[in-house]
Amino acid sequence: MVLRVNGEPREVRAETVAGLLDELGYEGGFFAVAVNAAVIRRTTWDEAKLSDGDEIEIVTPRQGG
Amino acid sequence: MAVSFYGRSFGSRLLVGTALYPSPALMQDAIAASGAEIVTVSLRREAAGAKAGDAFWSIIRALGVTVLPNTAGCRSVKEAVATAELARELFGTPWIKLEVVGDDETLQPDVVGLVEAAAILLRDGFEVFPYCTEDLTVATRLVELGCRVVMPWGAPIGSGQGLANRPALRLLRARLPDVTLVVDAGLGAPSHAADAMELGFDAVLLNTAIAKADDPVAMARAFRLAVEAGRTGHEAGIMPAREFATPSTPVVGTPFWHAAG
Repeated sequence: MVLRVNGEPREVRAETVAGLLDELGYEGGFFAVAVNAAVIRRTTWDEAKLSDGDEIEIVTPRQGG
Repeated sequence: MAVSFYGRSFGSRLLVGTALYPSPALMQDAIAASGAEIVTVSLRREAAGAKAGDAFWSIIRALGVTVLPNTAGCRSVKEAVATAELARELFGTPWIKLEVVGDDETLQPDVVGLVEAAAILLRDGFEVFPYCTEDLTVATRLVELGCRVVMPWGAPIGSGQGLANRPALRLLRARLPDVTLVVDAGLGAPSHAADAMELGFDAVLLNTAIAKADDPVAMARAFRLAVEAGRTGHEAGIMPAREFATPSTPVVGTPFWHAAG
């Protein structure tokens, strides 16, 4: 299916948030993830199902004022 | 002398941003020199395998400071609320510096969106630090909603103008005596920070003035001293300004003095 990950379209096989992070090569775990603007708690990444067209945001801490 | 943010006490009344420094090492040294116990951070999209967030976060953790995440760059209520929720998940804090940008030129807060977003987040258990203008009605509305901290701008972000509307800021302080008020943004010189503290503001938040100084570490120290000087002066009770001179040296016993006539 095709998802929009951080604004870019991505064709992926993964069906869960955990699977997506793994497939795209995200390592470690200090990010937060939202699907369609709703936060997916880290503890539910394994179960959180993705659907075609979902908009995913994967964010980490950055410099800010 | 401590300042309270949502029930948590801090000795330092200087909050600093973490952006725009020439290098991570200078950021680390400048924050240490500022004495700040609270720093602002943002959230940004992370590319797979980039680990940009990890590198930054390890420096912040090493400083042992309290983190205040922001919603910088959000242009709608929906974006700001979603970003706040991501920040709470990532940092495990209910604190959020709420910014809703209303104008790209001035980065002026969209105060209508700000009030709306604050209401949603407060209902959801957040402790909101709203970045607002100096408008009394907006600040009052935020307090009525449950904000215990309000952060009016001194001047537009990064402008370095100091307190552009002192009368309005003075009025805010007088009308909201029990709210923790922070002047956020627009401060350029240490004297601007002292000015805000002398007016009775509880703290100041700044970034560019330190990060873009020729010597950020020395400037961080200058702002620390200015905030302490301004606060101490405020607590000591600043004399009201007068139109005319009043001699400070005693008149009685002035040598060579002769009564008129």
